[in-house]
Amino acid sequence: MTEETTTSNRGVSLPVQIIIWVFIVGLLALVGFGLQRARNPMAEVGDTVPDFDLVYYKGYEYKDTAKMKLSDLQGKIVVINIWASWCKPCEQEAPDLEAAWQLYKDGNDVVFIGVDYVDTPAGANEYLKKFNITFPNAPDLKSNISSILNRQMGVPETYFIDRKGVLRKVQIGPFTSVDEIKSVIEGIQ
Amino acid sequence: MRKFLYILTFTFLFSLLFTGAALAQSNTPPTDDEVNVVAHKLYCPVCESTPLDVCPTDACRDWREQIRSMLAEGKSETEILTYFEEQYGARVLAEPPKHGFYWLIYLLPPAIILAGAIILFRSMKEWTTAKVQAPKSNEAPPAKDDYLARMEEEIKKQK
Repeated sequence: MTEETTTSNRGVSLPVQIIIWVFIVGLLALVGFGLQRARNPMAEVGDTVPDFDLVYYKGYEYKDTAKMKLSDLQGKIVVINIWASWCKPCEQEAPDLEAAWQLYKDGNDVVFIGVDYVDTPAGANEYLKKFNITFPNAPDLKSNISSILNRQMGVPETYFIDRKGVLRKVQIGPFTSVDEIKSVIEGIQ
Repeated sequence: MRKFLYILTFTFLFSLLFTGAALAQSNTPPTDDEVNVVAHKLYCPVCESTPLDVCPTDACRDWREQIRSMLAEGKSETEILTYFEEQYGARVLAEPPKHGFYWLIYLLPPAIILAGAIILFRSMKEWTTAKVQAPKSNEAPPAKDDYLARMEEEIKKQK
């Protein structure tokens, strides 16, 4: 038995064996690291929403701030609406969202943010002008925001985040009235 | 001298004619085929597994228009693909980009095939050597099992 083992090991020298093992372990480490990076920290209702960057469209900044993080808005109720210019149901709720924003914008306690999903700047600009949207809007660069917010059903989707940064409500599909939006916000207040 | 001037004027006018044609051509908006060459290298994340050039949705149509306007601005194919990667992520590219971790996609398969070939080659070599060194038939047969020998002896005694 000992003789057999010695014979089979004789084929590959020790340095080569070490190189092969280092290669295999390195490969597994790389794959593991890659998978870790690819795994998005998706938020569920009741979870603190992982932080992400918001790079606003020109003319749709948050108080003249072109770039910020979600965490910069802690202490306020944040309403994140994910939309796209090619999305017909988004058009249905756009006037209601803008009307709701008009109710809260002076209070400085509730912030509406539009996140434009998989869209072209030209299409987005046309859409925002068409519905006279005035609340801050940002593109979903590299689909980072929608993947963190666990987008599963398509657009539109709206996420309500409380003052502590906890996700409190997810609306899948369009709102049908301003009152519907108001009732969710009042429930968080 | 006069003849020379005529030729010079004619040449100048003739070249102007072609310059005009070339300018007109550069102002022509990119054709669908030109747009689709770039679009074929992209996938829209909304309609997965469908190349952008054949995707029928509104989102894909907008993307193709974006490509058309970028081509009209004089952007190269590489610049357009880079823009789309920056905007929508590497997943929209038909071919993984050649930077960062994505190099692994290109390097690992040939490396694994090469490692496999080396291992196979070495194993084959080892097997061949082992076959050559196998014991010859005229060598002494292996020692009999002690138990078997005793059994045979007992049978002989009983006979």
